[in-house]
Amino acid sequence: MVHKFDAIVVGAGGAGLRCALELSQHNYSVAVLSKLYPVRSHTGAAQGGVGAALGNEEPDNPEWHFFDTVKGSDYLGDQDAIEIMCEDAVEAILELEHFGLPFSRTPEGKIAQRPFGGHTKNFGEAPVKRACYAADRTGHMILHTLFEQCVKNEVRFFNEFYVLDLIMDGDICQGVIAFDLATGEIHVFQAKATMLATGGHGRAFSVTSNAHTYTGDGMAICFRRGIPMEDMEFVQFHPTGMRKLGILISEAARGEGGILRNREDLENIGSGKDGFMGALAPTVKDLAPRDVIARAMYNEIKEGRGIEGSGDTGSDYLYLDLVHLGAEIVNERLPDISHFARTYLAVEPIKEPIPVQPTTHYAMGGIPTDIEGRVLWDAKNKVVPGLYAAGEVACVSVHGANRLGTNSLLDIVVFGRRGGKDMVRYINEAEFGHITGEPDGFIRGEIDRLQNGGGTEKVVDLRPEMQNVMMVNSGVFRSKESLTKARDTILELRQRYQKIGIQDKNAYFNTELVEAIELGFLLDSAWMIAESALHRTESRGAHSREDFPERDDEKWLKHTFIHYEADSKVKFDYKPVTITKFKPKPRVY
Amino acid sequence: MEVTVEIYRYDPDTEESRFDTFVKEVDPKDRVLDVMMAIKDEDDGTIAFRKSCAHGVCGSDAMEINGLNRLACQVLVQDLKSKRIRIEPIRGMKVLRDLIVDMDSFFAGLEKVKPYLIPAEPAPATERLQSIGDRAIFDDTTKCIMCGSCTTSCPSFRWFNQDFVGPAAFVKAHRFIFDSRDGGNEPRLEILDDKDGLWRCHSIFNCTDACPREIHITKAIGDLKRYTVVHR
Repeated sequence: MVHKFDAIVVGAGGAGLRCALELSQHNYSVAVLSKLYPVRSHTGAAQGGVGAALGNEEPDNPEWHFFDTVKGSDYLGDQDAIEIMCEDAVEAILELEHFGLPFSRTPEGKIAQRPFGGHTKNFGEAPVKRACYAADRTGHMILHTLFEQCVKNEVRFFNEFYVLDLIMDGDICQGVIAFDLATGEIHVFQAKATMLATGGHGRAFSVTSNAHTYTGDGMAICFRRGIPMEDMEFVQFHPTGMRKLGILISEAARGEGGILRNREDLENIGSGKDGFMGALAPTVKDLAPRDVIARAMYNEIKEGRGIEGSGDTGSDYLYLDLVHLGAEIVNERLPDISHFARTYLAVEPIKEPIPVQPTTHYAMGGIPTDIEGRVLWDAKNKVVPGLYAAGEVACVSVHGANRLGTNSLLDIVVFGRRGGKDMVRYINEAEFGHITGEPDGFIRGEIDRLQNGGGTEKVVDLRPEMQNVMMVNSGVFRSKESLTKARDTILELRQRYQKIGIQDKNAYFNTELVEAIELGFLLDSAWMIAESALHRTESRGAHSREDFPERDDEKWLKHTFIHYEADSKVKFDYKPVTITKFKPKPRVY
Repeated sequence: MEVTVEIYRYDPDTEESRFDTFVKEVDPKDRVLDVMMAIKDEDDGTIAFRKSCAHGVCGSDAMEINGLNRLACQVLVQDLKSKRIRIEPIRGMKVLRDLIVDMDSFFAGLEKVKPYLIPAEPAPATERLQSIGDRAIFDDTTKCIMCGSCTTSCPSFRWFNQDFVGPAAFVKAHRFIFDSRDGGNEPRLEILDDKDGLWRCHSIFNCTDACPREIHITKAIGDLKRYTVVHR
C-alpha cells in the first residue's frame, strides 16, 4: 500500500511527539509511525528530571547550564548547539507546563527543581537545583503530556508500523518503508520531510536500562543508506543500575542525597556521611557526572572493595544508600524506584541499601544533524534534503563524550521542536518527488530471506554473544585488545546473521521475525561502536581507553564520522568541534 | 524450581485456539516475562506477545496470569506461590494472535473523556502556579501507563464491552477534572454521567487490584461520582 503525507515522523517518544505536535499546528498532513503504541516509548522510563535554568529554587542561569554541559561533554559537545539548547530550555519547559505536565511544585506553586549530576552554580562552585521534575516519573509525564496534546490536535498515528528503510531519490529523502506488524504487509510512505526519532541502541549490551525495543533501528537504517554516524564510540554507562537486572535507579536518588558505599563503608549506612565519592570528587561528591562515577565504581570493585565476590566474577556490586533520607523523601520524591527495589530485589530502600552496578544507558553518538535537526551526509555539513533526526538517535552534538543527567529529556523537547519547525519551512518550499522502481524491493527481499531462506543460525544464539562481547570488551573500560576482540566477534556474528532462520511463518504479529530484524540493526550499531572506539586512541568522557588513559586535545578534539564502505569495511573522517566560549580545560569536579 | 507454564495460543489464519504447555526450570526471582522469553527462545519461537521496557513502566505486557490481570514483567515467579503458571490474553478485547489483543479500540475509548488539558485560562508568560496541595489531589491518577489491566478486569466492561467508558478512561478523566489548571469538565461530565459512564461501576475493586501502578482506581471513580452528583 502507498501513502502520501507532507511529513512523516518515525518514533513516538518525546522527540517524535514533540515534532509531530509542532507539525500539527500547521495545515499539513502528518503521520507518526511507531513500532510500538506511543505511550510505550522509552521516554516513559526516564525518571529524575529535565534540565532548565528556571531558577525556581535558587539563582541559576542558562549560561551556567551551558558551561556544565560543555564540561560534562568533556569539551566534545558543539558549543553553538549547547548554548541554543540551554537557552531554549526555559521556554521549552514552560511550554510543557502549559501543555498540562503535572510537575512537582515548590511551596510558591512553581515548578520544583532538584540537584543532578554535573549541574552546578557559578561555573562549578557547588551543585545547583536545575532538574525540573514530576516525582521520579518525569519522562513518563513528558511522554503522556505530549501524547495527550497530539490526541487533542488529531495527529494521525500508525501504531505498530515498523520502519525498515528510507526511500532515497538520489541524495533526497522521499519517505520510508514500513512493515505492519499486525498483518505483515509492507507499506510505502511517501513524504516531503521525514523525521527519525527512534531512540538508541542499548540492547547491543547485556546489562542495560534500555527497553527490549531499543535496537538502534534509525542509525542502522541510515548507515545502510550511506549516511555516516557521528561519535558512535561514546556510550553512557549509568552508575546505578539495579544489580544484574540493569533497571535504572535514577540519579535523582543521589540528587536527593543518596550516597554510594563500598564494602569498607558498611557501618556508615544510614549515617549520611560521605562515601568513596567524597574523596574522588570533593566539590560534587556523589553528584559527579556519570562517566566519572561509573569509572570510580569499576575501580572500587577491581580493587576488591565491591560488596562481595572477586573482581572477575561479574557478580560484583556496590550499595546505593538512601536510608538516611527517611521515609518521607523516599516515598514522595522517589516512589517508582522504591517500588522497583521492593518488587525486583526485595529490598526496602528506607531501611537497607540497594545493590547497584553500572548499566548501559544512553547513546551520545548517532545520526549527525545540524541545530535544526537536518541530517548530514558528511563531516562538511552537507544536508540530506528531506531527512531529519532528533533525540537519542541523533548527534547534534550537545552531549559530546558524556551526557549530563536531565539533558536527554531536554534534548528531545528542544530538538524535536526545532526539527518540527524546520520541517514546516522545508515542506513549504519542497515538492513531492517521483518514486521510481520498487522502493520496497530491498526490504521485501530481506524479509523473504529471513522467513524462507532456510537458514540455520538462531537469534537466540547470536544475540547474547553480541551483548556479552560488547559489555565485556566495549564497556566502561576499553583497550586495543578488548575492542579488537569485540570488533572481530561482531564481524563474525554479522556473517552468521546472513544465515539466520526463523521458525514462525505466520504473517500476523510475527514477533520472531521482528526480533531477527532488530538483531540485524543491533549488529550494525555494535559494529560501529566497536570500530569507532578502536579508532579513537584517547580517553574522553565515557570512552576510557586503558592503553590511552589521557585526553588528547591535540589529536582528538574532533568528532568521528564512521562511513559504511563494504561488508566488513568502514572508513572515518572528522569534524572539528565548535568552540565558542569555553576553551578546553582539565575536567576536575 | 520447576514450573508448568500453560500459554494461550490463537492462530488468526485458522481461527483456532488452544493452550500449549511447557515445563521449565526457572529461578524463583525470574519475572514471568523472563520465563515467557525463555520459552520463546528455547522451545517455541512462534509464541506472540508484546514487551518493551520489562520493568513495569511501558504497559506493553498486560496479560492474565493465573486468573489475574498483571504485567508479565512485574510479577516474579515466587510471587505466584504456584508451580503452575497459566497465561492468557487480557479479556474483553479482540485477540489478534496468541497473547496480543487489539488495543486500538482501547485507546480510541480513552479519547471519549477528552484526555488532555483544557486550560481554564490562557497560559501566562511563566508557568501556571499550582499549590503542592492542589497538585497532590490528582497525583495518584497521573501514574497511569494505559496498559489496559484495569478496564479489562472489570466485570462491567466484560459485559457491556466497548460501550462502557471503563476504569482507564475514568482514571484519565480524574487526572484532568481534579487538576486546578483545567477548565474542561463540562464536556467530560456529559460522558461520565451517561448511562455507560460512572454508574456502571459497582465498586467491585477488580481494577484497583489489577493496576500495576497501584493507583487507587475505585477511590478515583468514587471521587468522580461525588463530583458529578454535586456539579450536575
